[in-house]
Amino acid sequence: MRVYQFTEQPYYPTWNDHSGSLRVNLPNRKCDPRIAADLFHRYYDEWQLSDELGLDIMLNEHHQTATCMSSTVVVVGLSVLSRITRNARLLVLGYPIGHRPDPLRVAEELSTIDVISHGRLDMGFIKGVPYEFSASNQNPVAVMDRFWEAHDFIIKAMTTHDEAFNWEGEYFNYRQVNVWPRVWQEPHPPVWSTTGSLTQARLLGERGYVMATLGSGYNTRPLYDAYRRGYVAKWGRAPGPDRFAYLGLVGVAKDRDEARRRGDLVAGYLRSSGIVHLPFRNPPGFLSVEDNARLLRGETPPRSYTKDRRVISMHSASVDDLIAAGILFCGTPDEVFEQIVDFCRYCGGIGNLLMMGHAGHLTHEQTVDNLTLFAREVYPRLKAWQQPDAEQVAAEAAAPGAPSSRAAGARPGERVGAAAAAD
Amino acid sequence: MSAAAESATGPLVVNGTRIDLIERGSGRPVLFLHPENGIEPAVAAIDELAKSARVIAPTHPGFGCSELPMGMRTIDDLSYFYLDLIDQLDLGDLTMVGVSLGAWLAAEMAVKTTARMARLVMANAVGVKVGDRETRDIADIFALTEPEYLDIAYCDPNVGRRDYKSLPDGEVLAAARAREATARFAWNPYFHNPRLKSRLHRIRIPTLFLWGTHDRMLSERYGRAYCEMIPGASFEPIERAGHFPHQEQPKVFAEKVMAFAGAQAA
Repeated sequence: MRVYQFTEQPYYPTWNDHSGSLRVNLPNRKCDPRIAADLFHRYYDEWQLSDELGLDIMLNEHHQTATCMSSTVVVVGLSVLSRITRNARLLVLGYPIGHRPDPLRVAEELSTIDVISHGRLDMGFIKGVPYEFSASNQNPVAVMDRFWEAHDFIIKAMTTHDEAFNWEGEYFNYRQVNVWPRVWQEPHPPVWSTTGSLTQARLLGERGYVMATLGSGYNTRPLYDAYRRGYVAKWGRAPGPDRFAYLGLVGVAKDRDEARRRGDLVAGYLRSSGIVHLPFRNPPGFLSVEDNARLLRGETPPRSYTKDRRVISMHSASVDDLIAAGILFCGTPDEVFEQIVDFCRYCGGIGNLLMMGHAGHLTHEQTVDNLTLFAREVYPRLKAWQQPDAEQVAAEAAAPGAPSSRAAGARPGERVGAAAAAD
Repeated sequence: MSAAAESATGPLVVNGTRIDLIERGSGRPVLFLHPENGIEPAVAAIDELAKSARVIAPTHPGFGCSELPMGMRTIDDLSYFYLDLIDQLDLGDLTMVGVSLGAWLAAEMAVKTTARMARLVMANAVGVKVGDRETRDIADIFALTEPEYLDIAYCDPNVGRRDYKSLPDGEVLAAARAREATARFAWNPYFHNPRLKSRLHRIRIPTLFLWGTHDRMLSERYGRAYCEMIPGASFEPIERAGHFPHQEQPKVFAEKVMAFAGAQAA
């Protein structure tokens, strides 16, 4: 198992001063650039420490928000990290390419990062959360059509080496495409994506891309199994655990009470993420017409489940419930190891843990200790742990009526994960 | 002619795309182009118009149960679809009546050709940019809660309020489709086509702007400025109505349309 250290680089000083919306329309006068500078330097220090501890690194991108200052993650975040780290894989999860006006620029940025980092880039392409559309002004309707054209273009731009090519598509037009520098990793850096939909999970399996989910807890297995079915249908063999990634919050300490405190502070990520002016939470076209009709009727499907099938809200759940739901791994190193392994067994194997080892008000000292303890006392045991047999898991997923093919309360094609679309 | 023959609702296939269409009444033809909230809230106005005209009221592609052709994503696309529709139905001497997004659509059709049109009625029309680049001419309805939206769009918000829990499935789905289709056509540029303003001089048929005076999604100043862009167009307010005057004052709305159509015919 690989472990990627993730933080959203939050500007937490405003988290108690927001008039009901931390995203999109929170006036930026509430941001003190001197405080922001100190926070940025601190967060980069912590990622540098992660590299030294043998962890990989994950960044994401949001805009106009105090929850996440990584708004220019590829051109700034990855640029900094590709220079100040040595060994860590650098995962952007993700880059909302359906929002970008210019995928040629995306291909150039990512290729350059891949070269400067000597081939350490992992490219996560995502749809983007609902709140991003007002900031980008990209049409949320049919954004996935735009996403896939951008994806196809970027991959072609990265894999074409002998002559400039032409592109006149539905959304993008280019002449003489010839990206310099060319990518380091052949044929192109690994592609990752996120989803909360069974249909999309299967499609990602067919493509063989790494699929990540977040907040899906003990409702993750149906997504993984949909991926497995798609992968087997296309490639004729089972996907290994390295095709799966899961975002888990982590609070670990030698002392149980301190671990709980850390878990509670890291859960600030979940508690702050939904604080956004209501209309920005569901722009038209982001969800299907059928899902929107259900919402109009006031029907909101349950989102997060504990292992014993209790429904929880990850935005307000207690530390205990978040642990029970496999969303937070929290306790002593032994407890955290057992929780992660237990969750991996439920999923049928996870090769990549996206570890939110810092969030919210967790201090620098707590973060350093959290990361160090995890890297020294949990990570070696996770690496040594034997993942479930991929072929056997895939065979179970393919069996008709397999319990894992049914998400509680979910219909085919429906989203089963919380916030899973697209961080 | 029997009552049944005077009123029909059914599908029509235009260029392979099946849409719903209401046809009601007899007399001179009126093409009614519904606004962004769909055909359902327009039924009372259609009935009023049908008392003295043959009303043809299609449900736009992507709204209601109407199909959406592949690749259709602008009001310009939609305008060609409807020019084909009026050719197909061989309509002439048409009174074009559009509300809000439907009025924008009517204008986009009329700048291309008015050959089959006799007159144009634009109610609380969107479609152009009037203010400078930093002035929001049209309220960002996608940044409003439902109560906030109803408050600015209606004189009496109760007229627009819908109890989705008690509506039939089809109407709830239609409401969800209407919201999505509106964004498809009007998200960016927001409820306007930057090219349209420079083409409006081509509309040389009698044109009437109707304006629900309680509209706060658009200002009356916007409506009057838009009206001045079409040669000879006149402007009439409708009191006790907001952005959807056909819905809040269907009788007054129809009377004004038919008075205009009658005066022009006489």
